[in-house]
Amino acid sequence: MTDNPLKRTPLNEVHRAAGARMVDFGGWDMPVQYSGLIDEHNTVRNAVGLFDVSHMGEIEIRGPEAMKLVDYVTTNAVARLKNGQAQYSGLLYEHGGFVDDILVHKVADDSFFLCVNASNQEKDFEHICGANQFECEVEFAGDKYSQLAIQGPKALGVAQTLTDTPLSTIKYYWFVDGTFAGVPARIARTGYTGEDGFEVYVAPEDAVRVWNAIMAAGESAGIKPCGLGARNTLRLESKMALYGHEIGASISPLEADLAWIVKLDKGDFIGREALRKQREKGLTRKLTGFEMRGRGIGRDGYEIVIEGQAAGWVTSGSPSPTLNKNIGLCYLPIDRAQPGEKIEIVIRNQPVEAETVPTPFYKRQGS
Amino acid sequence: MNYPESYRYTKEHEWVSLAGDIATIGITFHAQEELGDIVYVDLPKPGTQVETGKSFGSVESVKAVSDIYGPVSGEVVEANDTLASGPEKLNQDPHGEAWLIKVRVASPEEFNNLLSAADYQTYIGAES
Repeated sequence: MTDNPLKRTPLNEVHRAAGARMVDFGGWDMPVQYSGLIDEHNTVRNAVGLFDVSHMGEIEIRGPEAMKLVDYVTTNAVARLKNGQAQYSGLLYEHGGFVDDILVHKVADDSFFLCVNASNQEKDFEHICGANQFECEVEFAGDKYSQLAIQGPKALGVAQTLTDTPLSTIKYYWFVDGTFAGVPARIARTGYTGEDGFEVYVAPEDAVRVWNAIMAAGESAGIKPCGLGARNTLRLESKMALYGHEIGASISPLEADLAWIVKLDKGDFIGREALRKQREKGLTRKLTGFEMRGRGIGRDGYEIVIEGQAAGWVTSGSPSPTLNKNIGLCYLPIDRAQPGEKIEIVIRNQPVEAETVPTPFYKRQGS
Repeated sequence: MNYPESYRYTKEHEWVSLAGDIATIGITFHAQEELGDIVYVDLPKPGTQVETGKSFGSVESVKAVSDIYGPVSGEVVEANDTLASGPEKLNQDPHGEAWLIKVRVASPEEFNNLLSAADYQTYIGAES
């Protein structure tokens, strides 16, 4: 532990009063669970859950050449974005590894809003500033926003009662600036659970009011507050990457099975040459899904062996509450990185059988 | 939460109750609360020797796996086999129905050296 006090979101007292179990999450005092991880997970899959994700960072980029800067520091094609559209993207080092994975929101041609991981936000900000040869204004805006995620099949109905903005017209990965629960808000149809839902950005001083309004509006729909524990199992079932697990400074988006966010032909961007070379030479390893066949849970960092030889490692592993199986993601040699391979995961010094499977593990109906 | 006065406790969050020379061992309400939803319980078979301070089994939740340590030494006479098919009982009734093992203790004095209910509650209060 460091001597630095844990950072708190404006909802800290609300979580504590609601009986949440709090943990140190990357220097933030955050709720890991309320009613129970599995209960919260199933509530999001079947009804609607509410998450405080105000620890997430925001970076705003403005200026006549804002699009050029964002395009230069990210892997995805920013030029294809329309105003009000968002995209998942990578922020890379020259060597092709991840600085962070981020959401890029295009507010206007000269204004972009990035949502970044809490524990990476300072590093991301410095990285972007270091690449700012476009005279853009780059603002570290984490303190300007609180973020609440309303997720689940009933999220649309609940959220709609709190805004005049017609939410059903916001397509997946689009956003609208409007009023939500009586306060100014950026309402994005995005999420990290694999369900339909919204991520709502509001001023920190409005966070408690908006949280309480959503909880009240969702009562009849069975809304529950959810913690980071359920957020992790939900995103894992949907095969969404978590920084420090599936991705990191030594892993490229191609290895992480994220080629779809890499647009090598869009023009120059940081990391492009490394990715181009990696693609030419061919990958040596790739992110792959697995299911346990033997009894046990292959957890983060556990070693994988194939025919007695060390072959890779687990990046995330957990029971899947939706599928009632033990699942996970892992890095494997490229010739083994396809479904149907028999692997063993070393669980507490015992190799336990598992098998590679197609991903995502869970996909919602109609998506 | 009620921590029975007749039980003794450890700083590793096990509880023990003693009847004659048979000690019943479990994990505390606090322990299951820290772990969250429990999905696996691994226990030793009857006849196994449990040693004070050494791991005799494990409890695994959705989030993490945790060793269980012997609060006293002795031979396992019974393991709670109902937990294999119903691990969630550990979340529901950790001080009762979801006991883990019964041990024939070598020296009952060990029991008396463990924490009282009041001392244990003070300990977890200070820990959190």
